[in-house]
Amino acid sequence: MPPAAGPAGGTGAQYADRPWLDPDAAPFIRIQGVSKRFGAFTAVGSVDLDIYRGELFSLLGGSGCGKTTLLRMLAGFEIPSGGSITIDGADMTDVPAYRRPVNMMFQSYALFPHMNVESNVAYGLKRDGVAKAEIAKRVGDILEMVELRQFGKRKPHQLSGGQRQRVALARALVKQPKVLLLDEPLGALDKRLREQTQFELMKIQDQLGITFIVVTHDQEEAMTLSTRIAVMDAGNIIQVGEPSEVYERPKTRKIANFIGTINTFEGNIAAGGKGGWHLACPRVREPLRAPKDADIKDGQKALLAIRPEKITMSKSKPGDDKLQSLRGEVLELAYMGNLSIYRVRVDGGQVVQVTAPNLQRIDRNKIDWEDRVYLSWRPENSLILRD
Amino acid sequence: MSAGRNADSPQHRALLRNLLPGLMRGLLPGVARDLTRKIDNFLQAHWRGLTISVPFLWLLVFFLVPFFIVLKISLAESLIASPPFSPLTEWAEDGALRVRLLFDNFAYLWEDKLYVETYLNSLKISGISTAFCLLIGYPIAYGIVRAASPAKHILLLLIILPFWTSFLLRVYAWMGILADQGTINNILIWAGLIERPVRLLYSEFAVYVGIVYSYLPFMILPLYASMEKLDMTLNEAASDLGAHPAVTFLTVTLPLTVPGIIAGSLLVFIPATGEFVIPDLLGGGNVLMIGKVLYGEFNANRDWPVAAAVAIALLVVLVAPMMLYQHFQSGESSRGAGKGA
Repeated sequence: MPPAAGPAGGTGAQYADRPWLDPDAAPFIRIQGVSKRFGAFTAVGSVDLDIYRGELFSLLGGSGCGKTTLLRMLAGFEIPSGGSITIDGADMTDVPAYRRPVNMMFQSYALFPHMNVESNVAYGLKRDGVAKAEIAKRVGDILEMVELRQFGKRKPHQLSGGQRQRVALARALVKQPKVLLLDEPLGALDKRLREQTQFELMKIQDQLGITFIVVTHDQEEAMTLSTRIAVMDAGNIIQVGEPSEVYERPKTRKIANFIGTINTFEGNIAAGGKGGWHLACPRVREPLRAPKDADIKDGQKALLAIRPEKITMSKSKPGDDKLQSLRGEVLELAYMGNLSIYRVRVDGGQVVQVTAPNLQRIDRNKIDWEDRVYLSWRPENSLILRD
Repeated sequence: MSAGRNADSPQHRALLRNLLPGLMRGLLPGVARDLTRKIDNFLQAHWRGLTISVPFLWLLVFFLVPFFIVLKISLAESLIASPPFSPLTEWAEDGALRVRLLFDNFAYLWEDKLYVETYLNSLKISGISTAFCLLIGYPIAYGIVRAASPAKHILLLLIILPFWTSFLLRVYAWMGILADQGTINNILIWAGLIERPVRLLYSEFAVYVGIVYSYLPFMILPLYASMEKLDMTLNEAASDLGAHPAVTFLTVTLPLTVPGIIAGSLLVFIPATGEFVIPDLLGGGNVLMIGKVLYGEFNANRDWPVAAAVAIALLVVLVAPMMLYQHFQSGESSRGAGKGA
């Protein structure tokens, strides 16, 4: 995992795939101080965001966090109450939707029910006055790409959900927009189709090089799809980063909890041995070692967090004394097939969640209910979180 | 059961306690249960037919039978008698039953230019009125659909509100508004725009005003119903794909509201063609419409067979648009059914 904490110096070429690390790179989409209020309700606070060409950028958040409103402002369906939006150097803040170089794939797909698949896809090209032969060719090509060539004459209601989703995608892509906006693109599909479509979306995005902005509430979807994720909450962006960065270095407890699961220990910082810091948590008997890079002061209240998969569980005491280790008793375990989830009450009372891969088909040393176990992790894998 | 109602009387209670189980044991298992099962089975097998038979019977008794009576009269001869037309069947001297069908009345309608012209004029007036209803009603319906929730319901109520007063009264009110000494002329004279009253009442113009005013709700309500179903994200999708709002209207909104346009237009056009009250009260003697002619034949001339022929001919003239309506209705419902799949 590259920490992606900042540029390590050097030339622009080394940022080819990750332009957001390059301080000199010009963003493709600039959102500056954008806000949106509906009456007394603030849907979007004040958002500043730079998105680069060719990114597959996700806006992630729970319902009502303002992600869809932000997307609708990019599409031109909502006029911002303040701030500005620039796409490819042109100010788009007051440009109406029908004159923006942006297309959207709607959550409901919004296919025209009175037109067949071909007419739906051709609609945008016709509006631009593209020649008939050219329209036929481009519609044919894009339907080929989404594997719907033979369904061209069907009406939307004669298609399955997955097929409709691909028509919606083809219709939004055929105009070769500078930016494609996708509102919960996989929300209406079942799990298997969703996984398959995720990879198709990534492939198409890679082929066409169009900048994608995806709105989703599904953190897994955001993790697999995106080059970067912006986590939104209550109308504001609370963290922007690559998926691994957001997962491994969440800024707040809220983000950490929203993306995956995390164990948190609350307590006070005290000086430990060898110049390191410890966290005294009233619900854990032993002091917990804080990671070395944490920015903390003596006596401060703090939150130490560790992901469940970064904890190792064993029946015997681990030999390495660099590890943080705790003793506890297995309260519950859930077998998930590829892995198992354990809930362990450590001495002191706190319950800690641990996930472990099921490496053996038949495990003689299997840890079971009510077993006494040792939990251990490397202190540098834990985090100090802001509340 | 009735046991609950009589529970206050101890005698009753005792009686029921003894009687009911006896009945249950004796009768219900045998006859009654068998009967209920038979009824159940019958309903299970025939509920569809039974449900449909109600409107069928209604239409048969109150529409089809009177229609055949009118048809019969239209094929008779006018007589000064009671009833004032010749019977359909008569016994010949040799004892055979003879059926007399006279097509003279229909031939008369065709030969006398008055009737043909009146039919054409009726179609013209109701056609133009329908077009005006559509032009006025469409934006109104669209506005109501787009209105926020409380305003929407009030507006819809206002559309239906005129039905709560008598239709006749409302047409009389228009007489007051359009008369030489009426509201409009008085205002125009007071404002100094004209010196003497303009002829408004007893003209074709007055008939148009009356029909458009009276039938506008019948246009707005089906339009509203078809627009209500419209998904507004379709407009956003069109806009997103580069369509100017006017183009969006022409390519998305208008085609998707065609069923409403057809339903509304037929609901206005069909009754307006046979309209009697409005041309009689607002058109006076100057506007010929078929409803008035029919009334004249029936009442003033007491020529029931010709009046019946006028009615049958009107029906035939209107059957074409009705069948058109039917066609579009069934087309729409099958499309609607397909949507669910």
